[in-house]
Amino acid sequence: MTGDRRENSLPPRRIQSLRTWNNHLSARCEVYRPERLRELEAIVGCPQLRDVICRGLGRSYSDCHLNEAGGVILQERLDRMLSFDFSSGILECEGGVALGDIIDCFLPRGFFPPVTPGTRFVTIGGAIANDVHGKNHHRDGSLGAHILSLSLLTAGGETLQCSPTKNPDLFWATVGGLGLTGVITSARVRLQHVSTGYMKVDIDRAPNLDAALEQFSETDERYQYSMAWIDALAGGGSLGRSVLIRGNHAEIEDLPAAQRRAPLAVRRRRRPSLPFYLPSFALNAASVRAFNQSYYVSHPDRTGSIVPYDSFFYPLDAIGNWYRLYGRRGFVQFQAVFPPEVSRRALIELLQEVSRSRRASFLAVLKVMGPAGKGLLSFPMAGHTLALDMANTGRDLAVFMCRLNELALAHGGRVYLAKDAFLTAEAAASMYPRLQRFRKIKMRIDPQGRFASSMARRIGLVESREA
Amino acid sequence: MSGAVLILGATTGIGRAVARELARTRRSLVVAGRDLEELQTLAADLRVRYGVGAVACRFDARASEGLGAFFRECVEAAGGRLEGVVLCFGYAGSQQRAESDWEETVAIIQTNFLSAVRLLNLAADHLKEAGAGFICGITSVAGDRGRQSNYIYGSAKAALGVYLQGLRDRLSGAGVTVTTIKPGFVDTPMTFGRPGLRGLASPQRVARVIRRAIERGRAVVYVPWFWRWIMLFLRLVPERIFRRLRL
Repeated sequence: MTGDRRENSLPPRRIQSLRTWNNHLSARCEVYRPERLRELEAIVGCPQLRDVICRGLGRSYSDCHLNEAGGVILQERLDRMLSFDFSSGILECEGGVALGDIIDCFLPRGFFPPVTPGTRFVTIGGAIANDVHGKNHHRDGSLGAHILSLSLLTAGGETLQCSPTKNPDLFWATVGGLGLTGVITSARVRLQHVSTGYMKVDIDRAPNLDAALEQFSETDERYQYSMAWIDALAGGGSLGRSVLIRGNHAEIEDLPAAQRRAPLAVRRRRRPSLPFYLPSFALNAASVRAFNQSYYVSHPDRTGSIVPYDSFFYPLDAIGNWYRLYGRRGFVQFQAVFPPEVSRRALIELLQEVSRSRRASFLAVLKVMGPAGKGLLSFPMAGHTLALDMANTGRDLAVFMCRLNELALAHGGRVYLAKDAFLTAEAAASMYPRLQRFRKIKMRIDPQGRFASSMARRIGLVESREA
Repeated sequence: MSGAVLILGATTGIGRAVARELARTRRSLVVAGRDLEELQTLAADLRVRYGVGAVACRFDARASEGLGAFFRECVEAAGGRLEGVVLCFGYAGSQQRAESDWEETVAIIQTNFLSAVRLLNLAADHLKEAGAGFICGITSVAGDRGRQSNYIYGSAKAALGVYLQGLRDRLSGAGVTVTTIKPGFVDTPMTFGRPGLRGLASPQRVARVIRRAIERGRAVVYVPWFWRWIMLFLRLVPERIFRRLRL
C-alpha cells in the first residue's frame, strides 16, 4: 500500500503536530515510529534530519519530547522485554516498554516497579530520561537509583553500556538527561518484591499547612508511600489544608478473606474516557472550590483501608484523556521543590500567591522528598515539593508562571523540567548547579547536537540552531 | 515444547501482536521472519512476558527456494508437532512502481501469493496428518475489489483468499480449521504516515479478534468488523460508477 520505500531502511515517517499531554504546547515534527533496532539506528544516523529526540508515551507536560522542525522518534514499538531474573527481581527491557506492561506482567508474580510516577502510561526510557519520582521518594529515591545499567545509542551510532561504575559520567548525564545524550535502547531495573496487589492506606486530615508539615515529619517514616492532596484555593487560617494519603504495600494477612485467595490478582477497572473537551469555563474558581470542599469533607481520618494498587497510585488513569477537563487550551503544571530550611516559608508564599490569583487547581500535591540522587539534571532534592495544575488562560498565565518560577528561584528551589514550559536559560542554570557539567558531557558525546528538543533549545541545554 | 503455533512474519505489525496475544493465552510459539536478530528479541520478549516457550526461525518470502527446509526446521523447533500456523507476512510494494517494473510485480506476487501457498501446502499436510489444528491466513480488504491504487497487491491477496477458501473446503473433514482474516487499515508500518487515514485499528485489537476467530474456527472475518459492510458496498457499486470514484 505504501509507495514510500526509502533506501537504507528508514521506516515511513509522518509530518505531524505533536502536543504535550496537557495540550498546552505543540510543535510540527517529523515523526518516526521504528519497530526494529536497525530502523532506529538508521533514523539516528540519517543525514537529512537535522536533529532528533525520543518520545515515549508523551505524558510529559513540558516540551522535552517535542522538536519543532526536527525529528521525533516514537519509541513505543521498541518495547520488548529481554530477560528477567526471578531471584534478584532484575528486569532487562527495551526503552519503549510501558510501566503498565511491567505491572501487568510482573505483579502476578509478586513484583512491582521500584518507583512509579502518577501514571502507568510512561515508558521506561522516558521515565529514566526524566528521572521520575513517586510517592516513595522520601524513602527509596528516584527511579535512577534503581537502574543498574542501560544501553545508550549515541550520536556516533555506537551503543555504549553505562552504569554507576561503567561510563558513570555518561550514566548520570543520561538519568534525568531528557534524552539529550542518546537513545536509551534498553535498561536493567531492579523490581521490588510485593506480597499483594493491594495497599494499606491511612488518611489523615490536616487543617492547615503547619499541621500537614508536622504530620509529615512526625510519622512519615512509617510509610513507604506518602503524599498530601492540598487545597490550593483555601486561604487565611486554612491556607494549605490537606488530606494526607499514606500507605504501604499490604501483606497477605492484611487482606479480607475474599482477596486472600488470590492476593496478587487485581482486576483492572474498565476505563471510561472523556470523549470531548469540556468548555474552558467548566473548571473555574467556584467549581474547583466546591470540588475541593467536598474532597476535604469526604475524606475523614481513616486507618488501614485496603485499596487496589491502581486506585492508590493512578487515580487519574481511571479516566482516559482526563486532560480534556480543562478545555481545548489545556492547562499547565507547576512543580517545584524547596530545601527543608526554607520550605515552610516558600510554600506559604507560593500558596498565598495561588490562592490570591484564584487560579483553579484541583490537583495540588504536597510531598516530602529525600536526598537528591546523582543525576546531573535530576529534579528531586531533600525538602518539600508542591505540584499544581492551572488552566491555560493565555498571556496572563505566562506572566503568573514566571512569577512562580522567580519565587522558586528566590527560595533556592527548583522547577521540574518534565513539567516546565516557562523557564529561561538563566533560571535553569541557577536552579540546576550541575547543568554546566551536563553541557560538557553533552558536548563530548554529541558534539554536532544530533539530539535536541524544543525544551533543550529553550533552556540552553543545546545551542540554538543557525537560521 | 509440543503443539506450538508457527507465526509466519512475526517481526512487526500484526504478526508481532498476534504472537503476543497467543503467548498471553499460554501457547508456545515459533516466530519466523527475515530478520533473525529481531525475531530472537521477540522470542525473548514472549518468554519473559508470558513465560511460554518461544523460538525464532528465519525465512525469506521473497525467495522461491528453501521454504521446504525452513518449514521442517520450524516443525523440529516445535518438538515435532505444530498446533497451528498463522500467516501474517505480506509485501504491499508500490503500485506505481509495479506498473512499470516487472520485478516489483513479481516481488509482490511471490511474497503475498506463491510463497504463502508453498508454506500453507506444507502446513496443511502436516496438520492433516495429525488430524487437528488450525491455519489462519491474513489477506486484505484490498483483495475484495480491484482498485487502481493497489490492484497488483490486491489481486495477490485475492488469490490467497481463494486458495484459503479451497483449503478450508479440503480440510473441513480432517479436523483442521482454516480462517481467513481480512484487515482494513491497521496502525502498522504499512500505514504509518499515509495521509488521510484516521481511526486506525490497533494491532492489539486486531490480534484479539484473530485469536477469537481461530478459537471459534471461523471462516472469514473482517477486522474491524465494519469493513465487511464497506467492502460489500464497494463490490456492489457498478463498474461504470466505480470508475468515477477513482479509488
